Amino acid sequence: MRRVPAGLARGITFTVAALLAVIVLDAAVHVLMAQNPFGGPRPAAEPQVGGIIGWILAKQSEFYREMSTTIRAAKSDGSAVWTLLAISFAYGIFHAAGPGHGKAVISSYLVANEETARRGIVLSFASAMLQALVAVALVAVLAWLLSSTAKTMCSAEKAIEIASYALIAAFGARLVWTKGGGFMRALQAKPAVAAAHHHNHGHDHGHHGHDHHHHDHDHGHVHDEHCGHSHGPTPDQLAGPGGWQRGLGAIFAVGLRPCSGAILVLVFALAQGLFWAGIAATFVMGLGTAITVATIAVVAVSAKGLARRLSAGSEGGGALIMRGIEFGAAGLVLLFGFGLLFGYLAAERATCL
Amino acid sequence: MHRLLGFFLLAAGIALGAAPAEAHPHVWIVAKSEVMYAPDGSITGMRHAWTFDEMFTTYALQGIATKTKGVYTREELAPLAQTNVESLKEFNFFTFAKADGKKTKFEEPVDYFLEHKDGALTLHFVLPLKAPVTPKQLALEVFDPSYFIDFKFDDKDPIKLVGAPAACQMRFQRPNDDTANAQRLNEQNFMNGDNSNYGAMFANKITVNCP
Repeated sequence: MRRVPAGLARGITFTVAALLAVIVLDAAVHVLMAQNPFGGPRPAAEPQVGGIIGWILAKQSEFYREMSTTIRAAKSDGSAVWTLLAISFAYGIFHAAGPGHGKAVISSYLVANEETARRGIVLSFASAMLQALVAVALVAVLAWLLSSTAKTMCSAEKAIEIASYALIAAFGARLVWTKGGGFMRALQAKPAVAAAHHHNHGHDHGHHGHDHHHHDHDHGHVHDEHCGHSHGPTPDQLAGPGGWQRGLGAIFAVGLRPCSGAILVLVFALAQGLFWAGIAATFVMGLGTAITVATIAVVAVSAKGLARRLSAGSEGGGALIMRGIEFGAAGLVLLFGFGLLFGYLAAERATCL
Repeated sequence: MHRLLGFFLLAAGIALGAAPAEAHPHVWIVAKSEVMYAPDGSITGMRHAWTFDEMFTTYALQGIATKTKGVYTREELAPLAQTNVESLKEFNFFTFAKADGKKTKFEEPVDYFLEHKDGALTLHFVLPLKAPVTPKQLALEVFDPSYFIDFKFDDKDPIKLVGAPAACQMRFQRPNDDTANAQRLNEQNFMNGDNSNYGAMFANKITVNCP
């Protein structure tokens, strides 16, 4: 490019605003769900861990711990299986409701692409089901068929984890590549209009702050590699050329890594001679996760729609801004992938004991 | 526009600040520990006995062959105990010590073994200090910074000083202790730095003062 249009800074500023809006809305959903998941009253805050977060944590732990008791009870009393399924469902919802990089990856995926909320929902469910399937397959093959030790099993989990993070990075790289093209074309199509604006000092500052945020975000999340990890796929992975195949790629990138909680539950159920109950619990857990993730997917899509309306009102039309937003979000996916991958390699926190 | 951006940055800051709380424990450990003293009054290390929850116990016992079904002898569990202590190294044994404010390292565990009783596995091991210390104040923290594991010290006898000089006084503080916040202020001078992270909110703190 011969010159950098001043509108670029503006576009980037908008990208920042849109992405942050998604993250904020995402967080808002967490807060709402946390306060009132089933219409129950909000309990008093815990002194140490603090209010809502502490409560989410406490609830998750509570549901999770009840699972082992319920599986044990199901051995003699078949009706306990229903209780197990109810607990698993609630656990799935809560687990995905906790703030984490998974949802940030989803939000970025969604913003990077242009599709309906409906596809976002479909893919959230597909990836959550894949996640459950991987957990069941892992335990069925390693624990049930091969009687592997915990060490072998945990190594397998670690390997899948690395593969999953690498896939996210690769996926992000591909998004950056495709979205970068669209962004460049939009830049070239609109140079005259974009260059008309020269008031970009403040915007530049905003941009730096944004970069910094990305960085923080990555580091803050690399260790959170437990469940609730369904980074829902982007809705339009199903759209355009390649259709379902691209959708499949997205589902794999985000649903490959099984949840350690599900694996523990499955192994426990297997040892109690109730493997089938464990499998049912795992899929119901996935259903709960999918509901939360799909909700966030819808919010993210709406946030982008809002950004589109905002930018349409601005001078120069929204095309450049929207392409900029998509490009920025694609970059975020790439950053998440790398952050998880190298954070993992550096810290090695799959916690195998 | 600037105001809008400012709002977004602020809100994002709040959202991201809350983010590390995703983790919740998947493994629960009930711990009993001893601070070990040499006859000359110096601290030589720690002896831990960590009892795992039922679900993790089942997971850990996966694939271990036994002579009698459901009965695991110490010998049969030896390879698992070996794996456990080797893996724990990566996490600094979840035990962080400071002698008079100075970080003190542990050596590889010795005398380690697993015991299977009442459906729960207990890992016994001794963590020797690299060099014995005789501090005025020893500060110990036991916790998992990523909070994958929840450490709870035993209700009846959480910590014991074994062979400590008579003048030494121990203070033990659980993570959910009401006095924790007040005490944290006092302990700021030696409990800061890389341990002050998310999991640290769930740290068990042991302080031994020897005048």
